[in-house]
Amino acid sequence: MIKVINALLAIIGGVAGILVLYWVLNFLAERLPGKWEGRLKPYFYILPALAAIGLFLIYPAIQTIVYSFANPTSTKWVGLKNYTDLLTTKDFQITLVNTLLWIIIVPTLVVVLGLAVAVLADRLSSGGERLSKTLIFLPMAISGVAMAAIWRFVYEVRPAGTTQIGLQNAVWTGLGGSPVAWLQEDTFKLNTFFLMIILVWGQTGFAMVLLSAAIKGVPEDTLEAARIDGANERQTFFRVVVPQIWGTVITVFITVLIGVMKIFDVVYVMTGGNFNTNVIAVSFFNQLITNGDAGKAAAIVVMLMIAVIPVMIYQVRHFRAEEASR
Amino acid sequence: MTSTGTVQPGGPTATEQRRLGRAFPRAGTAAPGRRGGWFAWITLGVVCFLWLVPSIGLLITSFRTAEAALTTGWWTVILHPFQDWTISNYTEVLNSGGRNAFVNSLVVSLPATIIPIFIAAFAAYAFTFMEFPGRDFFFILIVGLLVVPLQVALVPLLKIYGNIGLQGTFASVWLAHAAFGLPLAIFILRGYMTTLPRGVIESAKIDGASHYQTFWRLIVPMSVPALASFAIFQFLWTWNDLLVALIFLGPGEKEVLTVAVAGLVGAQQQGWQLITAGAFISMVVPLLVFLGLQRYFVRGLTAGAVKG
Repeated sequence: MIKVINALLAIIGGVAGILVLYWVLNFLAERLPGKWEGRLKPYFYILPALAAIGLFLIYPAIQTIVYSFANPTSTKWVGLKNYTDLLTTKDFQITLVNTLLWIIIVPTLVVVLGLAVAVLADRLSSGGERLSKTLIFLPMAISGVAMAAIWRFVYEVRPAGTTQIGLQNAVWTGLGGSPVAWLQEDTFKLNTFFLMIILVWGQTGFAMVLLSAAIKGVPEDTLEAARIDGANERQTFFRVVVPQIWGTVITVFITVLIGVMKIFDVVYVMTGGNFNTNVIAVSFFNQLITNGDAGKAAAIVVMLMIAVIPVMIYQVRHFRAEEASR
Repeated sequence: MTSTGTVQPGGPTATEQRRLGRAFPRAGTAAPGRRGGWFAWITLGVVCFLWLVPSIGLLITSFRTAEAALTTGWWTVILHPFQDWTISNYTEVLNSGGRNAFVNSLVVSLPATIIPIFIAAFAAYAFTFMEFPGRDFFFILIVGLLVVPLQVALVPLLKIYGNIGLQGTFASVWLAHAAFGLPLAIFILRGYMTTLPRGVIESAKIDGASHYQTFWRLIVPMSVPALASFAIFQFLWTWNDLLVALIFLGPGEKEVLTVAVAGLVGAQQQGWQLITAGAFISMVVPLLVFLGLQRYFVRGLTAGAVKG
């Protein structure tokens, strides 16, 4: 009960505090002599936001880089040891390979499936379109943990001879196979692939919504023109529709890619990174919390940061082009 | 590039957002040029079925007795539809800490959603309607920060919180979530504010309104859809988050629903059927938000999907 009251107090106090803060900042800005009011007021308005971002994101990010060159308790410099230790262990190499597979396979599958669903749904009656889209979009609402719980009952395995209560094994044994522990089977990265399926299941709806909106935005007359010129359905799609929605395809791909780079909950809950399914974010968590090694955890994050830089550059460029064309 | 290709990684543009409103058509608004086609119907029917089956399995299992759930597949209820039903999984989860975890989830999410909104709104206003040196630099910084994974902040924050005694408190999570949400909030709100009619703001200025008055009397009321989109995204994000809650609050008295359910899923065998009820309890709120506020929900989610 006390914590509910605390939470309410935090909401009221937080909001009231913020409103008072801005009132005071504005009051101060208006007391400034003449020209200075107009010059400084914008900074007064952005100051709280920038302070919070600086304090909770930028300063810690710099600290993280510093810690990555120090020992587990951040009390002594160790140079590049955290990096060399990580990069020379087999486990971490596997982790990197897995993460790479995730960021190639998942966004690709999500875009292809999302596009297919978007195109097909466009041909149904509006009731059918609405229903099918809602169903496919629904997993977007739930947490990675809930997704893992759901798929636990698909991948579950029971010893041979007993009744299978996991859907996949029930089908598999029904077809004559012997039960397989799907999440422990790392031949050809099979278990990693099954984990990926969960995320594809969760993210396809997102791709579908954006791509469907883009498809509906393709001007009807370009389609008419293609049909009059004798293009068949497939040619119209690949030569007229796809080029016009390409920007959205890239956007969806990159958005999913960023999410997948730091995929944590699904893997953490399903396998804990065992059976060679580890990924960067789980490895980070294990180093930080399980091993209490702030140095290695920080080094992993720095590698993640470096991997994000190209995406960041793309993002900024894209934003600038967008602003310029406004 | 035509207007169809201009969605930003950070979020849909204004045109895109308007179209997103149409992504889920209202029933009865038949679009022109639909050519039914049995192929589309059958394929999508199969896809929807496959999409739904795992969730149905969980839903059915959550109402089965422990014994039934552990010895037979959930699909066997089709053959015996009238036996072994129970709500004891739900009562057991709720009584063994589930209720507490549910309250904790609310206690974490609501302040973490509400606190950043006005901070972001003021900043977005300055970025949109005021001229000042460094404006572009600061905004580009925020655009860049959109994709930065929040992991970059966790190691030092854990140490700082430990030093000042905030570790393990709800306040630590509120502050972290609020700050992590700011770049996205500013980005979404500025994106929306640039589409507001300039003339209205200009005439307010001519009538002698200060920036402060313009902000409260014109911009905030006009920006409600964008504020709602961000609020929904942030709420779901904090509600569904596992990593931040696990690191700063952990399991135990202050555990949130995701942490509690993750603990159940991780535990082998014991209390296995409770996972299902726990997972559904954690899904109720997001699903209600989804079904009730679908339009804002879709906008918020698509705009915020890159959040670090």
